[in-house]
Amino acid sequence: MTTNQGIGAAVLRKEDRRFLMGKGQYVDDMVLPNQTYAAFVRSMYAHAKIRRVDTTAALAAPGVVAVFTGDDIAADGLGGLPCGWLIKNKDGSPMVEPAHPALAQGKVRHVGDPVAMVIATSKAEARAAVGLVEIDYDVLPAIGLLADGVKPGAVLVHDEAKGNLCYDWHIGDPAATDAAFAKAAHVVELDLTNNRLAPNPIEPRAAIGVYDIAADHHTLYTTSQNPHVIRLLMGAFTLHVPEHKLRVVAPDVGGGFGSKIFHYAEELMVTWAAKKVGRPVKWTADRSEAFMSDAHGRDHISHARLALDAGGKILGLQVSTLANLGAYLSTFGSSVPTYLYATLLSGPYDMPTIYAEVKAVFTNTVPVDAYRGAGRPEAAYLLERLMDKAARQLGVDRIELRRRNLIRPEQFPYQTAVALQYDTGNYQATLELALKQIDHASYDQRKAESAKRGKLRGFGISTYIEACGIAPSAIAGALGARAGLYEAATVRVNPTGSVTIFTGTHSHGQGHETTFAQIVADKLGMPVDNVDVVHGDTDRILFGMGTYGSRSAAVGGSALIKALDKVIDKGKKIAAHLLEASAGDIEFKDGTYRVIGTDKVKAFGEIAFTAYVPHNYPIETLEPGLEESAYYDPKNFTYPGGCHLVEVEIDPETGVPEVVEVAIADDVGTIINPMIVDGQAHGGLAQGIGQALYEEVRYDAEGQLTNGSFMDYCMPRAADLPNFKVGNHVTACTHNPLGVKGVGECGAIGVPPAVINAIIDALTPLGVTDISMPATPEKIWRAIQAAKANKGA
Amino acid sequence: MATIKLKVNRQAHTIECASTTLLVEALRDHLRLTGTHVGCDTSQCGACTVHVDGKSVKSCTMLAAEADGTEVTTIEGLATGGELHPMQAAFREHHGLQCGFCTPGMIMSATDLCKRVPDPSEHEVRHWLEGNLCRCTGYHNIVKAVRAGAAGMRGGK
Amino acid sequence: MKDFAFHRPTTIKDAVALLRAHAGGKVLAGGQSLLPVLKLELAEPSDLVSLAHVKELHDIRLDGGTLAIGALVTHDQVHRSPEVGKAIPALATLAGGIGDAQVRNRGTLGGSVAHADPAADYPAALVGLGATIVTDRRKVAAEDFFTGLFQTALAHDELVTAVHFPVPRRAAYAKFAHRASKYALVGVFVAETAGGVRVAITGAGAKVFRLASFEAALGKKLDASSLAGLTVPSTDLNGDAEASAEYRAHLIGVMARRAVQALA
Repeated sequence: MTTNQGIGAAVLRKEDRRFLMGKGQYVDDMVLPNQTYAAFVRSMYAHAKIRRVDTTAALAAPGVVAVFTGDDIAADGLGGLPCGWLIKNKDGSPMVEPAHPALAQGKVRHVGDPVAMVIATSKAEARAAVGLVEIDYDVLPAIGLLADGVKPGAVLVHDEAKGNLCYDWHIGDPAATDAAFAKAAHVVELDLTNNRLAPNPIEPRAAIGVYDIAADHHTLYTTSQNPHVIRLLMGAFTLHVPEHKLRVVAPDVGGGFGSKIFHYAEELMVTWAAKKVGRPVKWTADRSEAFMSDAHGRDHISHARLALDAGGKILGLQVSTLANLGAYLSTFGSSVPTYLYATLLSGPYDMPTIYAEVKAVFTNTVPVDAYRGAGRPEAAYLLERLMDKAARQLGVDRIELRRRNLIRPEQFPYQTAVALQYDTGNYQATLELALKQIDHASYDQRKAESAKRGKLRGFGISTYIEACGIAPSAIAGALGARAGLYEAATVRVNPTGSVTIFTGTHSHGQGHETTFAQIVADKLGMPVDNVDVVHGDTDRILFGMGTYGSRSAAVGGSALIKALDKVIDKGKKIAAHLLEASAGDIEFKDGTYRVIGTDKVKAFGEIAFTAYVPHNYPIETLEPGLEESAYYDPKNFTYPGGCHLVEVEIDPETGVPEVVEVAIADDVGTIINPMIVDGQAHGGLAQGIGQALYEEVRYDAEGQLTNGSFMDYCMPRAADLPNFKVGNHVTACTHNPLGVKGVGECGAIGVPPAVINAIIDALTPLGVTDISMPATPEKIWRAIQAAKANKGA
Repeated sequence: MATIKLKVNRQAHTIECASTTLLVEALRDHLRLTGTHVGCDTSQCGACTVHVDGKSVKSCTMLAAEADGTEVTTIEGLATGGELHPMQAAFREHHGLQCGFCTPGMIMSATDLCKRVPDPSEHEVRHWLEGNLCRCTGYHNIVKAVRAGAAGMRGGK
Repeated sequence: MKDFAFHRPTTIKDAVALLRAHAGGKVLAGGQSLLPVLKLELAEPSDLVSLAHVKELHDIRLDGGTLAIGALVTHDQVHRSPEVGKAIPALATLAGGIGDAQVRNRGTLGGSVAHADPAADYPAALVGLGATIVTDRRKVAAEDFFTGLFQTALAHDELVTAVHFPVPRRAAYAKFAHRASKYALVGVFVAETAGGVRVAITGAGAKVFRLASFEAALGKKLDASSLAGLTVPSTDLNGDAEASAEYRAHLIGVMARRAVQALA
């Protein structure tokens, strides 16, 4: 390396300057000539028949350009929003896929379901006219709560989904699992709820549709994590325009956390309407609208049983889960509670047999889909709560029980009982590192010190695993995925040796403009300032699947490595020509081509220049130019994992919990930029602690959203969180060229059970055995009161 | 309609707008200063924080008409001559931003704190930032950045 | 937001005249409660009368046993005022815990008092200290001022101009905040005044109220131990998803003890 900016360096971010100076370009910052503004008329009812929609008054209002309803889009043949993963029932039949029109047709199925679109010359006029659209509803009984959806005789959200089931799916070996329970010395049982969350990136969703009549070409600017996927879905399923007539741009995007993966009605509608009205159409959600239209996350109810032998070794696991899908199938909603959840139920443990059943349920709520972690937090929470309960039931120390069951390094590759094969890891190492980081040896002193201040201190542990970079395409396809799971990259070496790379991944906070430049810097031996990273534009980037599931470095970075290798190889041929040697005798190192064992060298820049000014060039055998593209389809998932430790203090008088210590040790594979990796862990931890203590989307039984604003939905603030001690123990992924695994979701997966386990630990002396998420002060106070009453009785 | 005369980032402006126009709308839509962001509609998130006469306020919770005659500073007015303000530089140095959306408000809030409390403790920083939500960083590096930025401001850098 | 005419009078007299002239008019102080209300279109005034340019509303004065604070003084100014800190430190502490820093930079004492949010902090101090609300035409005792949920004794065209706080011997405020909104789920203000011990509760009911049983107990001995065994019936208390009425009743006891322990 001629620079210290390669893989492993804490390079400061290239993208920061524009954000720090207020010069970012987010969708809502864009103003196009002659643009109009859209606002959506949304259902205030959870479930109702639409008798009639009267747009007369709205159309007559000042500034209104057009009003569209479900009938208009039906007449135009606009397709419904599709689901990207077909799940099959136990009997092999396909899941139920009800229509999901962009504007409601005949029925509304959740509060916020869009019924009409108003377009006006100003935002204020569009919003004012929303109130003038008259809708005659026939209000129906609704399913607001997951558990009510599967009760006998429940109202049907979709007539075709009997019992409100989308699918009834399973994985694992029921007979072997029954046998394991039959011989178990101990059986531990637990009922759990995984609370529903709102992703809430601070930038609300926004979209601008533009139509160029001369070229018959559409452009959509949208807050997306994966613009190519949106273009694919719009081309093939919803807008029905060929891909060369549609450009999708995701410029600066203010956070996503999964919620900006999906194809939403609003971005489709502005694109469609821009052609209808002949002017650009812009829409920006306000926060209240985001709460009732962005896909939510989690929302499971589970019953779990763990079988152990007399020595505390796990024999088997049985899980039965109800998963809320909301009113419609969101883009990847079906895959989250199945292939991203149940396949993770072995956790980091050596578990001989598992059987899991998942019933996915329609309810009159906002669709549920992937949110940071997506299925994996639900699995980790279930397992880690079970492990703690098992330890208490068996009278074994919680750390010791985990040590007895963690997969040992020599067992890799480890085939789980639920389809996955873990390639590598060292769960003992991360456990020990985390214990050291939190100084567990002196925990008792801290507990005593807390007690002096009248506080109950608790210690919580979670050893977890996740699966990132979902792949390979062929296997995912066999399991029902309707898209490929590869990634693409182009490396364009400019004539004077600077480099522009084009990646199909998208950065909305992850810092790709820096980390991808570091990969180039490392391989080509140049400073990161000589590298520009282009992402987020279907017209500039050949293809891509975007950024989700902690895949960007593992899959996108690998595609980049492949393209860089091609560039280096072509450069060798050019260098061989210039140095009058054979290409096989040329090595490339630190930005220099050299005839091995000699001092005959050519700098990379000279090779680039020669490629574009081929005066002395092997033109008969080699094309000019130095630009290469590559696609990379992973052979397997990657498997980051680690150990998260938490100490809490509880005020026994009020029930207020405070997370006072968080120490984690993750194995995220090779680290490209430790500063960015730590930052990703911090953000995940905040969302994980948010789930454990603060956050929950609440619906009442009638399907009314009762906390749809930041006044009521508690987002963690700076004063709600402690500093985080973050450590890493690296085992390199064995099947991708970088050895990376992924870091985006670890915090959100590992920490929620550690927090709850710590709270239960603090309250165990009082007789409390269970607390659900979010562990609010009142819940804790009530648990204390109930335990006191029990003891008294 | 209202006619509003104010200074924004040391430059005088006259804005003709509806009386209902919020300060953030005047900045974003009329002056095209889009560094000030809107992340909520209930005055919680703080992405729209600017300084009015030197004090941090939520520009979504103030009418443009109320800013008549005031001096407003937005994130665009903080750096001088292309040189980052010490607080901006500290956010970069300590990775205090990820997606960048809350960042302008966070920085405007932090600079107000450090003008009043030149060397704030971690506790003071965390409590002062109650009016600013970040979903990316978990605040860990923001707190570090604010304290480092305070040192930079003390140093007059 | 529905359109309105915006007025910026410079005297109290002009402000009152404007309100008289416009039956659909509303007073705008710092706007930290009113702007959210307007944005949600929960109110649609025809006119907004801004008090920002009325000079005489911005003073803080300590006059013998009375601390007089002008209606347009911001929470941040109260929090940082040396006069307030000296005379009634509990009031400075309370003001420093309202909303967040940006809200405190804009929000005003008069605005908060006139808005009469049942979960606002100031009403606890006003009732707890036995303050007097001064309007453009009269003086009203705090206990008579807050009449119900967002309801006060103010006439449509009447302005709060100042609040007069009798300086207590000792006072303290203990707040249990709503985790999302930062409003008080329960806020307890305890004051040892010339007229005896006063205990005022905000956040827990439809409006701020005094707690006679606690006052009587603390009147005998102003010590946290005096509250032992005392409970508050939850019957008339607010209950919501963040805190049930029973939990609020419990919190009143805890916060009252903590306020007594913090008396300074």
